[in-house]
Amino acid sequence: MRRVLSILLLLVLVVGISLSLAKIPFGVTKTKVGRHYVDQGVRETGATNIVTSVVLSYRGFDTLGEVTVLFISAVGLGAVLTGAAIGKKRKVRAASVILTTGCRLLFPLILTFGTYIFVHGHLTPGGGFQGGAIIASGFLLVYLGCRERRINRTASSVTESLGGLLFVIIGLLGITLGGYFLSNFLPKGVPNALLSAGIIPIIYIAIGFKVGSELASIIDNLIEES
Amino acid sequence: MMSFLNNYAYYIGAFGLISIGLYIILVKRNLIKVIIGLGILDTGVNLFLIAVGYVTKGTAPIFSRPGINPARMVDPVPQALVLTAIVIGVGVLALALSLAIRLYQHYGTLNLRKIREQKW
Repeated sequence: MRRVLSILLLLVLVVGISLSLAKIPFGVTKTKVGRHYVDQGVRETGATNIVTSVVLSYRGFDTLGEVTVLFISAVGLGAVLTGAAIGKKRKVRAASVILTTGCRLLFPLILTFGTYIFVHGHLTPGGGFQGGAIIASGFLLVYLGCRERRINRTASSVTESLGGLLFVIIGLLGITLGGYFLSNFLPKGVPNALLSAGIIPIIYIAIGFKVGSELASIIDNLIEES
Repeated sequence: MMSFLNNYAYYIGAFGLISIGLYIILVKRNLIKVIIGLGILDTGVNLFLIAVGYVTKGTAPIFSRPGINPARMVDPVPQALVLTAIVIGVGVLALALSLAIRLYQHYGTLNLRKIREQKW
C-alpha cells in the first residue's frame, strides 16, 4: 500500500517536473548576470577563475553563511556523538605493512597537493573547499594506515576558529577601508599571477584551513565516538 | 529521437537520480538506506543545476591562458551555487549519520518501523 502510494506520488512528480523541464532549452546562455561575470569578472575582481570570483567576491557573504552551516553541522555532530562510546574499549587491529608504509609516504604529498589546490584557487580549478576536502582525505588515510595516531583536537579546533575569524576580520576591514562588507581593499595586481586578486586568495587560504580541520574533526568524531 | 536525447540527456539523468532518491526515501525502512537516498537526491539536484548552466561546446569559466573566448564559456553562477550545495550536502549527511549512530545505540535497530513502535 505504502509502496503503491509512493510510486503514484513519484509519477505525479515526474510528469509535473518533466513538463516544466521540457520548456528549458539546453546548451544556450540563459542568465544575463552570468554573462556579466564572464565578461567583466577579471577586470572587476582580478581573479581569472570566474567561479572563484563569484563565490568569494560577488557572493562572498553567501559563502560566509555556507562556512557557518558547515561549522554548525560539525559542532552538532560532535554534540550528538559526545559520550556515545563511554566505557567501551575498542579493539584496534594493526594495519598491514603495505598500508602503513603507503600512508607514511602519501600523507605529506596529499597535504602538499591540498595546499596547492587552495593557494591557487583564484587561478586554476579548485579552491578552499576542495583543498580542505583533500587535506581531510589525507587525515582519513592516516586513520586507516596508522591506527594508533590521532589528530590533536585542540589544534584542530584552534585552526578552525582562526580560519573563521580571519574571514570575518577581512570582511570587517572591508567596511573600514572599502565601504562595504568584504570589499576588495587590496590591490588587484596582474591577472594570472599568484599574488593577485586582492583579498580572494587570503580568504580561500583561511577557508582551506577551516574546512580541512573541520572535516578532519568530523572523521575523528565518527571514528572515535561510535 | 537522437537529437532529443542529445539535448535532454543530462536533464533525464538528473531527473532519474532525483526520482530514485525520492523513491528510496519514501519506501525504504532502513535508516542508512534513507540517508543514501538523500545523497542520491542531492547528486541529482547538483547535476541538474550544472546542466542548466551548460553552453554547447563551452569551456570552463577560467582564463588560464590568453586568447580564450569568453563568449563560449559556460555560466559560472550555477557552478558557484553547486559548490555551496555540495558543502551543505556533506554537512547534512554527516549530521544524519551521527543521528543514525545514536538511534542505533538507543534502540538496537535501524528499522524505522520498529523504532516507531518502541517506547521512548
